[in-house]
Amino acid sequence: MSESAVHFFPSEPIVALLGNPNCGKTALFNLLTGSRQKVANYSGVTVERKEGRLSLASGKNIRILDLPGAYSLYPRSLDERVTCNVLLGRAEGEKRPDLVLCILSAMNLRRNLRLVLAAKRLGLPCVVVLNMLDIAKRQGLQIDIAALSQELGLPVITSVGIQSDGADEIKKFLSELDWRNLHHLRTGTGDATLESVASHIAHAESDNVQVQRILQNLGLDQIIPDQLSDRLDAVLLHPVFGPIILVALLFCIFQAVFSWATLPMELIKTSVEYLGAQISEVLPNSWLRSLLINGILAGLGGVVVFLPQILILFFFILLLEESGYLPRAAYLLDRVMGSVGLSGRSFIPLLSSFACAIPGIMATRSISNARDRMVTILIAPMMTCSARLPVYALLISAFIPEQKLWANIDLQGLALFLLYLAGIFGAMAVAWILKRFASEQFRMNALMMELPSYHLPRLGNLAISLWQRAEIFLRRVGGIILIMTVGLWALSSFPLPPEGATLSPIQYSFAGMLGQALAHVFSPIGFNWEISIALVPGMAAREVVVSSLATVYALSSSSADAAEALVPLISSTWSLATALSLLAWFVFAPQCLSTIAAVKRETGGWKIPAIMLSYLFGLAYIASFITYRIAIFFGLG
Amino acid sequence: MHLDQVDLEATYRVCTINALKGAPQIKGQLEDIGFLPGEQVTLLRKGLLKKGPYLVRVGASTFALRQSEARLIEVESVPHV
Repeated sequence: MSESAVHFFPSEPIVALLGNPNCGKTALFNLLTGSRQKVANYSGVTVERKEGRLSLASGKNIRILDLPGAYSLYPRSLDERVTCNVLLGRAEGEKRPDLVLCILSAMNLRRNLRLVLAAKRLGLPCVVVLNMLDIAKRQGLQIDIAALSQELGLPVITSVGIQSDGADEIKKFLSELDWRNLHHLRTGTGDATLESVASHIAHAESDNVQVQRILQNLGLDQIIPDQLSDRLDAVLLHPVFGPIILVALLFCIFQAVFSWATLPMELIKTSVEYLGAQISEVLPNSWLRSLLINGILAGLGGVVVFLPQILILFFFILLLEESGYLPRAAYLLDRVMGSVGLSGRSFIPLLSSFACAIPGIMATRSISNARDRMVTILIAPMMTCSARLPVYALLISAFIPEQKLWANIDLQGLALFLLYLAGIFGAMAVAWILKRFASEQFRMNALMMELPSYHLPRLGNLAISLWQRAEIFLRRVGGIILIMTVGLWALSSFPLPPEGATLSPIQYSFAGMLGQALAHVFSPIGFNWEISIALVPGMAAREVVVSSLATVYALSSSSADAAEALVPLISSTWSLATALSLLAWFVFAPQCLSTIAAVKRETGGWKIPAIMLSYLFGLAYIASFITYRIAIFFGLG
Repeated sequence: MHLDQVDLEATYRVCTINALKGAPQIKGQLEDIGFLPGEQVTLLRKGLLKKGPYLVRVGASTFALRQSEARLIEVESVPHV
């Protein structure tokens, strides 16, 4: 993702979509722009910036900007601040929009209309789009559009975000618009300043009175609840059945993430190996071949291999989000999260972190409370990401005997489950300790989460969002991860071993020297120098530890069956205490460099990554030390 | 009467929002999401052991609030229509 200002289609008019959260804005944006979208960040902040291009029938092109959802134009969260700054023309590197489309949910005119009134004061040309008209009609809500337009003094267009032709009226309006003369759509005084607290309160009250009047004049002041949602909530939010359904749902999602991903992951692995074999046939044995195969291909392949898991997990998260269930899951978990000083809002980022901490850390943007967001970022790496699985798999198969316990429970499977639990409890303990350090103001962390009506998810919207996730992930792999992989390859390959060297080449390299120095630090927790060396390239991506161990033990096998060949080797040379200590290390292990880079970018400085690195390192060391000493005490050394 | 003390499923009207000492921004946030004087509110659910989070309908939207947030909202009952 680029940090710089983004100018895609300069000189074309910009239309900004403004609306409350849950008003169907993003669905309309997808209808208007289709797949011609560009997701980046607003300059200097980590708020997602979505821009798309609409070609009108007249041949004219328009840039459409999907602003973050806002409840008011008095900024309270990072998202709302960006929305305000863009509308005021104060956002860095952004042109002030030429036209604002205020998206109104017909199902919630009361609150949505207040935003329209605030938008009118901005002095920008405004047009009102009445969305979700189909649901309103179905529920017997009759809205007199001409009268609404009269009351607001603005044109009102209607749309249905869930029909493929639902945005046609907007397109028609935009193509008939005279873009050089938008003055008749401008109603405000044009004072483009941020509202002060006092004027915001005054406006909030007068706007409320005005909205009440408009609704009364239109005969819309009665409230029709969404009965289908209420009936679903009676079951899904039931104090007993609700949590049971949630746990069952999460269990199924995890099952799917690991079982559905097996085939595509094998495919990626095989094709990376095939590519490596092809390269080694073409290129002579040189440092260039080593860089391509051992550096770039192995490093990037090791990360890309997790793409299927990440996409499957995101597919489910997006599905739950589109249907309206995700905030309800957060509602159900708020009590648990509250006991360690977080809110239900932290649930979604932490769930993503089980696939990979990077998308999880990016998902913390929706947490408005700054302290909650930091704590969530700090504990996200403790959720067992899928990169740790190969390491767990190696150690478990080497040291935990394959046997059935009571009720046919597999001992190896139980060990894996316990490792996951250890991460979750570690994260909760850290959050609980951090709660002690919170000031009074931040201890009051707001939940205030809207539970939208349930919707049937649209596959088109899912596909667009999923593609954007994949693109962001791959762009990151191509950027920062590539650089780090090459750097670590260089560290592990140079200086070259001397003539007639007997040991494996990595031991003569900088990484080898570093590992041998680290062995002094790690010997109290039972790591030998081979493990210490393997931990160095493991910084690029944790699963690299497995192939690094293979390299250090100078195995001649290819990386594919390295794990199988390693199992008998390490189970005969390591003590059980060492293996358990290494497992404990990996529960907390300081994360990979790409996670640290993601944290640095999301928090805008080195402070949080430095805190995270040191506390996780400390925690991992302590946990390993205790595990190792206890194991030795019981005679497992 | 505060919103954390009302009967379930009954309709009330918002009177005022109190500012919380130490976290005055909460009042403004509640107003932004729709808790404004005159607005209809209904407490739909109190969560496990009545300790929240609360499920509150204000206007046409549904929100999850913590007890500490619901306590700031002063309401009055509306005669049944």
